[in-house]
Amino acid sequence: MPSIETGPVAQRGSMVPALYRVAGTRRELADTATLELVPLAGARPEFAPGQFNMLYAFGVGEIAVSISGAAGEESFLHTVRDVGAVSGALARIEAGATLGLRGPFGTGWPIAAARGADVLFVAGGLGLAPLRGAIQQVLAERDRYGRIVILFGSRNPKDMLYRRELAQWRRRLDVAIEVTVDHADRDWHGNVGVVPALIRRVPFDAHDAFAFVCGPEVMMRFTVNALREAAVPSERIYLSMERNMKCAVGWCGHCQFGPAFICKDGPVMRFDRIAELLAVREI
Amino acid sequence: MEDLEHILAQHPFFAGFSAQHSRLVAGCARNHRYDADEYLFREGEPANEFFLLRHGQVALEILPPGRRPMVFATLGMGEIVGASWLVPPYRWMFDARAMSLTRAIGIDAACLREKCEADHHLGYEMMKRFLPILVQRLHATRLQILDVYAKH
Amino acid sequence: MQISPADQASRLITCEGLQALLDELLERGYRVLGPTLRDGAIVYDRIARIADLPAGWTDQQDAGRYRLARRGDQALFGFAVGPQSWKQYLRPPVETLWTMRLGEDGPTISSDALESPKMAFLGVRACEIHAMRIQDRVLREGPHADAAYAMRRQDAFVIAVNCAQAGGTCFCVSMRTGPKATSDFDLALTELIDGHAHRFLVEIGSEAGAEIMLRVPHGPATDEHCAAAAAVIERTASQMGRSLETDGIKELLQGNPDHPRWNDVAQRCLTCGNCTLVCPTCFCTTVEDHSDLLGASAERVRKWDSCFTMDFSYLHGGGVRSSARSRYRQWMTHKLASWFDQFGTSGCVGCGRCITWCPVGIDITQEAAAIRATPDAGKEERHGGS
Repeated sequence: MPSIETGPVAQRGSMVPALYRVAGTRRELADTATLELVPLAGARPEFAPGQFNMLYAFGVGEIAVSISGAAGEESFLHTVRDVGAVSGALARIEAGATLGLRGPFGTGWPIAAARGADVLFVAGGLGLAPLRGAIQQVLAERDRYGRIVILFGSRNPKDMLYRRELAQWRRRLDVAIEVTVDHADRDWHGNVGVVPALIRRVPFDAHDAFAFVCGPEVMMRFTVNALREAAVPSERIYLSMERNMKCAVGWCGHCQFGPAFICKDGPVMRFDRIAELLAVREI
Repeated sequence: MEDLEHILAQHPFFAGFSAQHSRLVAGCARNHRYDADEYLFREGEPANEFFLLRHGQVALEILPPGRRPMVFATLGMGEIVGASWLVPPYRWMFDARAMSLTRAIGIDAACLREKCEADHHLGYEMMKRFLPILVQRLHATRLQILDVYAKH
Repeated sequence: MQISPADQASRLITCEGLQALLDELLERGYRVLGPTLRDGAIVYDRIARIADLPAGWTDQQDAGRYRLARRGDQALFGFAVGPQSWKQYLRPPVETLWTMRLGEDGPTISSDALESPKMAFLGVRACEIHAMRIQDRVLREGPHADAAYAMRRQDAFVIAVNCAQAGGTCFCVSMRTGPKATSDFDLALTELIDGHAHRFLVEIGSEAGAEIMLRVPHGPATDEHCAAAAAVIERTASQMGRSLETDGIKELLQGNPDHPRWNDVAQRCLTCGNCTLVCPTCFCTTVEDHSDLLGASAERVRKWDSCFTMDFSYLHGGGVRSSARSRYRQWMTHKLASWFDQFGTSGCVGCGRCITWCPVGIDITQEAAAIRATPDAGKEERHGGS
């Protein structure tokens, strides 16, 4: 019976992973998979979309991965892209395997604060994963929000994440969704161009809107420019920031972004609070 | 002619245009309709016109030798297609293909250039509207070049 | 931790009394750590006898320079601080957090019992006490406290020593962290040497300190002794080797990320990380995951790290701070400015170690002064562009 000894281990607290079983995997793209993780003992902790867990691949290492939702109350969903030793091990893990999980950590998307307003979800590439849980949560209580807009950009049609969910959302009549790719061939009949350009194309009330943005930092900076040009207030734009993490609990110092610890003060951060930092090279 | 003038005045590009200038431009304008996969223009052809899209979607493409055409931008309703008519040698640098049924107003480039020479106020009003669009496209293109979603 | 009025009065002990104090601590099972002479420096190590202390030695410190020299007297604590701080005991450089084994029944995680030999620190300077309190805020507070650190900290017996001599790179007066230890100690000593009379004024700072003093031969401290001790401390305060203007320093540094001085210091900084190793408040660590060749067991080890390493801040296949300029800026801005946002105080205690132990002699007080001298120099360099 797998167990975690109490006593000394409990004293190590937040640095000890809980053991989770991989209940299922889904190949999303050639190098990306979504894992469904269920705790071996106890209940899955509560989480807010936007938060992340530290996933530990036995003997290889640990990385921070955003929670991309849940399949019910029992599991975490994590979408992992193979970009290194640990992420590669996680992206290739098989159903039935065990891995370690610490979390959830960090700040989530301010979904409750956005009630009553229009909400724009703007995602680039893998950035759709940390937003997916928030989109689902907002759609689950659709009547508490104004217009819902989902804007999503990928490199090309082949690398588009969550096509099934995107199609589901598109089938709803009460959500505006625009998708674009950086370049494509003739088989793609949709938009080609960058995500910020989509902002001009969708109707929403800038003065009463929240924007939740997630993607590569450069894409987020361009997107924020476009949102600001459309008169969305800075204090209503939220970004999901990223840095490498070793502890996720504010001790190791690695994730510092100016004075902010991305593990504690982020990853979801309000744009007006970090606007100056974003403009500093090598901060 | 009157119909076109009216349609032009509705187009966002011409917001704030004086009636007199609208008439001048309308004098260079004509209606176009393109079926799906028809070309508005091809790379290398003289850039005789630029287009204001009223309906439909246009793909800007380049055909590299030995490969399939690559689409690098799509433009839709309300947007402008074509900037090469502004600068010599007035030749298109890429293909523009209608992705679906597309209606556009084409404005004759030589005609408009001549009128702008004669009336510099008209010229300035056109430039004021064109430049922000070009700058926006430049910024967007730079973001595309950065290939931010690629693995590094 | 109320100390009775009787205990608040200071005591006087001799060197024999100090030895008795050490004996008492050792008998109670404390591991006693204090300054010793080794490798041409004064370093902390286990001690049992006052003969282990560097009697009659002092240090001469300046930017990039540390030398020992003989004193004219036999003072036991006649020096400033050496290259180490107490953090090496409270948060060891290498610590195994847990081990995971793949057994037949699945994986199990285990951890060694937290080490608990109680430690007694002899010779803790006021700046070092402040440094420990600063690290407390980082490691002991909040929902994810480091229990091992907290335990070691709680069990530690602190014998402070008020500096009788300022170091060449000291600036505790500027940082308001010394030279007098004012709180968070069990006992505080001020060494008084007058001809052949060699005694220590002892202040009691806690119940534990009061209790142990009952077993140490002592006499009352007269007003003259107290005045002499105060004079020692006052003299030390006037001898500071450096000073740092702290007024508005947070805004100064956070508002100047593009100051040309950063380029200047980047020419000199080797990014060797010495400053982070010797600094008593630097807390950054890294984590390494190892497994054995069979893949049957794995462990996670935490080690000290430094923000000067190339991949310390890392994203998308590259270091975020690849230039020396950005890494020095990060360290200094964090230490003197961002720390306020994060923990409510400065991260610097003015001990001067980073100045002394920098191989090229970079002086944090000098860098701060240079930026302060031209506070707008970096701000004119904003260009437009498309």
